[in-house]
Amino acid sequence: MDLRYSENDEAFRSELRAWLHTATKEIGIRPTNEDWAERRAYDQRWQKMLFDAGYAGINWPVEYGGRGATLTEQLVYYEEIARSGAPDVGIGFVGQLHAGPTIMMMGNEAQRRAHLPGILAGTEVWCQGFSEPGAGSDLASLQCKAVRDGDEYVITGQKIWTSFAQVADFCEMLVRTDPEAPKHKGITWLIVPMDLPGIEVRPLRNMSDTTEFSEVFFDEVRVPVSNRVGDENAGWRVAMTTLSFERGTAFMADQILIGRLVQDMAALSRRITTGGHRSWDDVEIRRELGHLAAEVDALDALTKRNVSAIARAGDGIPDMNLAVVVKLAYSELRQRLGRLGMNIIGRAGLVYDDIEVDGHDLATRALLYERLHSLALSIAAGTSQVQKNIIAERVMGLPKEPTWTSN
Amino acid sequence: MDFQLNADQLDLVDAVQAFCIDQLPMSRLRTMEGGPGVDRDTWAQMGDMGWFALSLAPDDGGVGLGLADAALVFEQAGRFCAPGPIMWSHLAAGLIDGAAQGAVVVGGVERPAAAIDGATMPAVIEYPDACDVLIVVDDDGLWRIDPATLSGRTPRPTDPLTPVKLVADLPQGDQIAGAEVAATWKLRGRILTAALMVGLADRLEWLSVGYAAERFQFNRPIGSFQSIKHLLADMHVRTEMARAQTYAAAVTWDQPDIGDAARAAAAALVVASGAVEKNGDMAVQVHGGMGYTWEVDVHFFLKRGLVARTWWSGTEAAAEDVAASLVS
Ligand SMILES: Cc1cc2nc3c(=O)[nH]c(=O)nc-3n(C[C@H](O)[C@H](O)[C@H](O)COP(=O)(O)OP(=O)(O)OC[C@H]3O[C@@H](n4cnc5c(N)ncnc54)[C@H](O)[C@@H]3O)c2cc1C
Repeated sequence: MDLRYSENDEAFRSELRAWLHTATKEIGIRPTNEDWAERRAYDQRWQKMLFDAGYAGINWPVEYGGRGATLTEQLVYYEEIARSGAPDVGIGFVGQLHAGPTIMMMGNEAQRRAHLPGILAGTEVWCQGFSEPGAGSDLASLQCKAVRDGDEYVITGQKIWTSFAQVADFCEMLVRTDPEAPKHKGITWLIVPMDLPGIEVRPLRNMSDTTEFSEVFFDEVRVPVSNRVGDENAGWRVAMTTLSFERGTAFMADQILIGRLVQDMAALSRRITTGGHRSWDDVEIRRELGHLAAEVDALDALTKRNVSAIARAGDGIPDMNLAVVVKLAYSELRQRLGRLGMNIIGRAGLVYDDIEVDGHDLATRALLYERLHSLALSIAAGTSQVQKNIIAERVMGLPKEPTWTSN
Repeated sequence: MDFQLNADQLDLVDAVQAFCIDQLPMSRLRTMEGGPGVDRDTWAQMGDMGWFALSLAPDDGGVGLGLADAALVFEQAGRFCAPGPIMWSHLAAGLIDGAAQGAVVVGGVERPAAAIDGATMPAVIEYPDACDVLIVVDDDGLWRIDPATLSGRTPRPTDPLTPVKLVADLPQGDQIAGAEVAATWKLRGRILTAALMVGLADRLEWLSVGYAAERFQFNRPIGSFQSIKHLLADMHVRTEMARAQTYAAAVTWDQPDIGDAARAAAAALVVASGAVEKNGDMAVQVHGGMGYTWEVDVHFFLKRGLVARTWWSGTEAAAEDVAASLVS
């Protein structure tokens, strides 16, 4: 067991750190408002800066615009992004962290060349059209259909919870191509341009009061057959690759960022009073900070174990059995952080904004956002209940529940 | 970075596991109840295998491996509920003659804090009749006591395999090391404790998985019920988190340039301690009425966990240390 970064890793770190020092000043603060065009422009500007400097797609092959480095260097990258306070991946999430990797693993050469460099340069923004109103946890029951018509698929149906749909250029999409086959065997994975006629995006307001996800409607949308990744009706396997990345590595940056969050919470707890004393002096608050910081450390360690496991396995695809453990631990940890945050800030929690005390801005809004947004983490990318079923059935080999048929 | 076990470490785990299967089956451990808790012959074999000398430098008569390797041994010790003051003897290797080889059994205890208001708690000495040497740890250092000179009551122990003695006036003892060494013992001790707990938590998880697959109710294995599956999955997540942090802490001790070993050790103890306690409670639940019996092994693992949770001033002291590290 070796936790030491190589000399190469450390050289990369210091070079990146120096670059981030000036680049973060140049890019400024990300807009948090609901002007999605402005947010897209900001995230694209940042991604272009990274790309031009050679810091996009750290572990992607050079021929597709990446740096051709290791997953360990990717980890170093996330650590430095967190340390510098630089913007996270933002609307590049789907493209860079699971659609792109899926195309890399399962797409053909033309598809890789067509999309991967654009994703890294920030010119291509992606969204994910998997979930439907009737197909959430039971994703394989999806109904949105695609009918073959010569060289095209004609898509009709609806998707929901599509994050960043309003700013996306492409959608990684699961469609039903064989309604007769068993549900897992009639699904196809498609690359769908979002500017095609027949697509309508309707943003949904979520409880954190943003419109991050949308409903998307498809009315006879025509997509070339060449946009298919993997074989027709073999999309479930492709989707499993997508989910392995989404659950396995997509949240690595956030897992590292929460180390900073718990540190900030501790600092804030010493400047804020609730119930007549500093929050820090409340023994339960202080110890829960200790417990959560310990868990954050453990999550970091587990992430490193998984990175090493991926490196040893050699195929580059995260092991789902390891990924679900991290996902479960991560979402529960963030929810505990969210709850503790509210206990620390007390009645400042009534203000959904930063507040000023004695001329100091207290960054309370981040904690409120944490409290609310963390609730989505045990739902998105597969609910915690579904992840637990996966552990019990795949890791432990316990039997599935009997199926239920309505009469 | 390659944060997985290397080939030597895998071999080490295999060897220790084979030894435990052979020497420490629960059927044998159950016969040790009511005794001193240490079989000298087995102890000497553990010594031969390097259980105590593993992380001691070769110049001092040790094997010269790291604390990470020791942690792997302690994890197996936990998985098999190995009794005896293993941690203390490991820490004492190199300091007390014969400890490294398993020829001398060394026990230890933290000196109880002086009373502020009311009576001082008696010292609770583990394995009083098995130890040749007792080491008392306090802020000023390490103190050596001959356990044969201690008088006190020998009550019924909570963990059937951790016999105890209540000693009202623990003598000062002879100082054998200063504050700095005592601090290192605490740090290394927290890591070894965490490793033992990881093993206990792991065993509690898999005992429960095994039972859930075998026990039928309503014509199906109880492991097919989601409420049971989810308890088991929670156990798994806790074990894996604890294992990762414990290994990280041990590796950080071995390679101090990679981070703050004291913080990592305290964090490991916090996470592992939560894992063993919760996994223990849930293991009883998953086993139903059987889980509450003496006959089923679960309680041995849970009780050893409850004992270990009191070491090094307990879990909450470690949580306080982690919290303090956030603002220092
Ligand atoms: C913030 C956010 C962003 C998202 N972004 C996207 C996106 O970009 N693209 C996309 O395709 N999807 C996205 N999703 C959708 C997400 O994948 C689904 O919400 C999720 O898979 C759950 O599906 P559902 O909402 O239909 O809930 P349901 O499946 O209806 O679940 C409701 C409850 O029932 C439980 N349940 C369901 N089945 C089982 C079972 N077998 N065993 C035990 N319990 C069960 C669930 O755990 C849950 O508690 C996003 C979701 C959120 C919250």
